[in-house]
Amino acid sequence: MLHYTDLKELANDKWLELNSGNKPWIRVGTAICGKAAGADYVLDKLKIVLSELNIDYIIDEVGCLGICFAEPLVDITLENGRRVFYKNVSVDDINTIIDDSIVENKFNHSSLLGILTSNVDNNAIGENDLPDLNELPGIKYQKKIALSNAGNVSPFDLYHYVSQGGYLALNKAVNHMTPDEVIKEVSDSGLRGRGGAAFPTGFKWSFLVKSDNPSKYVLCNCEEGDPGAYNDKGILESDPFKLLEGLTIAGYATRSSNGIVFIRHGHDGPIDRMENAIKRAYDEGLLGKNIFDSGFDFDVEISLTGESYVAGEESALMESIEGKRSQPRFRPPFPAQFGVWGKPSNINNVKTLTYVPDIISNGSNWFANIGVQGNKEKKIQGSTGTAIVCLSGNIKFPGLYEVPMGLSLRDVIYKIGGGTASGKELKVLQTGGPLGGVLDSNSLDIHLDFDEMKSAGAILGSGGIIVGDIETCVVDLTRVLVAFCQYESCGKCFPCRLGMEQILEITERMVKCESSEYDLELIKNVGQNMEKASLCGHGQLGYGPIRSALKYFESDFKSHIIDKKCPTGSCVQPMISPKNTRPYGILQINKGGE
Amino acid sequence: MQIDNDRFREEINKELSSQTRPTITVLSSLLAIQDKFGYIPELAIDVIAQYTEHTINEVWGVASFYPNFRFTKPGENMLEICWGPTCHLAGSSKILNDIQEALGLDGEGETINNKFTLKYNTCLGACSQAPVISINHDFIGNSTSESVLEKLSKIDPKL
Ligand SMILES: Cc1cc2nc3c(=O)[nH]c(=O)nc-3n(C[C@H](O)[C@H](O)[C@H](O)COP(=O)(O)O)c2cc1C
Ligand code: FES
Repeated sequence: MLHYTDLKELANDKWLELNSGNKPWIRVGTAICGKAAGADYVLDKLKIVLSELNIDYIIDEVGCLGICFAEPLVDITLENGRRVFYKNVSVDDINTIIDDSIVENKFNHSSLLGILTSNVDNNAIGENDLPDLNELPGIKYQKKIALSNAGNVSPFDLYHYVSQGGYLALNKAVNHMTPDEVIKEVSDSGLRGRGGAAFPTGFKWSFLVKSDNPSKYVLCNCEEGDPGAYNDKGILESDPFKLLEGLTIAGYATRSSNGIVFIRHGHDGPIDRMENAIKRAYDEGLLGKNIFDSGFDFDVEISLTGESYVAGEESALMESIEGKRSQPRFRPPFPAQFGVWGKPSNINNVKTLTYVPDIISNGSNWFANIGVQGNKEKKIQGSTGTAIVCLSGNIKFPGLYEVPMGLSLRDVIYKIGGGTASGKELKVLQTGGPLGGVLDSNSLDIHLDFDEMKSAGAILGSGGIIVGDIETCVVDLTRVLVAFCQYESCGKCFPCRLGMEQILEITERMVKCESSEYDLELIKNVGQNMEKASLCGHGQLGYGPIRSALKYFESDFKSHIIDKKCPTGSCVQPMISPKNTRPYGILQINKGGE
Repeated sequence: MQIDNDRFREEINKELSSQTRPTITVLSSLLAIQDKFGYIPELAIDVIAQYTEHTINEVWGVASFYPNFRFTKPGENMLEICWGPTCHLAGSSKILNDIQEALGLDGEGETINNKFTLKYNTCLGACSQAPVISINHDFIGNSTSESVLEKLSKIDPKL
């Protein structure tokens, strides 16, 4: 077993060698965003061309730098430490890119995105005319904590992570701090859960401490079923070791024996990278028995769920880990008393846990000074740290941006996102996933802040922001959100199961302009009953998007209902949503087919 | 017939015992079988029940809950089209309609020649590249009806 200092030394050597430029070091983003843009083909082609040219090289798959719009992104480190980035690379560009960078050092390729010259003396030829990557809005306005390594290190290589400061915090925690001190540090940082409810993390951990059961669980929730959110998967694909370190520290702080990372089946990128990270951590003694010689033992495994949005709800998640239907439990008892397998359990979101190593390394004050500060006297919690925003939809520069809390939506949309992709006026923002809400263009001065967003009727939630321009019909968008919630209702409690069905029928009527004003009453009535009577957040929050849509976009609804026409004409297509909410083929089997 | 069944049972059992994660449950077993065969054969329900020491009803209970399970053989290729809100705003409903028409389908299911299974997906997780589809788990972003059809016709030239 290695000491932290030995591990760090090994890692530093490796990192220095990579950056020495003895061989060109090529990094290709192969997170989901990269893959969807064709990065796998680019990667294969790069290897072929470089071999043909007899160039000695090192190539690594990395995660997402945040600027998804530039995918596939190829990043080449050259002899002098200069890092050259090429955007939207296609297979046909590979030969010319290698000429432009490795062979001829010209740097005037049409796909050139930017250069990082921090290691280079400024006299290098033409350096000043070259675009500086750090000046790109999508990079410049980011404040990276959880994603500090994303796109820079190989998610497969533990040494990359350690060279960037990884595992310093775990060593510090288990060898120089008591569990209570760790919890205090996290509490003082003001860290609030990033899974939706924004519950103070340190406080949540303290519930678990109260139990002296020898077997306790900390669970990491990477179900991430919210359409429009990909930051949890992004972390697993870009820097799984950081999450794993955070989870291990959470285990130490709560005196737990086991950790489970919970991921949806089928997301192979995140699953494979996490699996590898866990294996590597065991290899190096960073999991298992007597971690860093401290006497602390901790085991971590992955648990997969089937396709189910409600599986992300904390008690449903525990049912799923136990191999059952992911339907929520009645509470009390709460997870901290009776969690997975009946053992005391704590559950946190991926982002929440990924902040923890940096909070421990840099101290609570450092974190508390980023973002929106709280005020104890006024009983304001504040929103400290960063928000990890998934910007998608009708936006010029979609991406995965980590920015300080407190930034205005206007800055997020215009400074970082570059405004709508269509160039037309902005109309609607859908935030916080299908249980969140919608905002209009007058809400752009709202800041990324849990409480401010909530009082505006939308939530920050998991960080998804979907943008629609003036041609978007909000009734149609609401219908899609409701269709999602109806499809995903787990069916355990009837207010949600039947209520979702009813409000879907109503919104479908509205889209078809076959609705009457009475429907506005009806939908409110059904929605409010769901809020009061549903068993879990799915039914309780499912009316949220409709309420905020009615608040900000009443005229869209009125024109469907009264004028019998869609104001934008954009909701004419046949409405599509799944006809089966349960597995398919089950009818054939019951009828004695197959 | 009996021999076939026994052999199949053995094959299923082998799959179940080769699960590598430490915790084995009804759900993990079902996922392993679905991964292997592309569907849950009826026989597997019984085998899983024995293997995990649960009742057949309990196994059915889990299998009939998660919509990624299916109980009949899928088509040769799996086409998933995202209908999540981001993709919807980016025009996925047009793609869905056009592709369904081209494949002769009016919803999820298999084409007559069994070349494709069409499945709707609530979010493939690549929203920044919307509209997103996947063919045999290969993600393709910024799709249009034309680009999807072109990809599909490489698999089935009759399209
Ligand atoms: C229907 C439903 C789905 C949820 N899905 C997720 C999810 O995908 N990921 C997540 O982290 N939290 C999800 N949550 C919130 C979790 O229940 C839980 O509050 C969260 O994981 C706690 O983590 P945190 O304290 O770090 O925020 C969901 C809640 C509900 C009601
Ligand atoms: S909404 Fe289509 S990939 Fe996320």
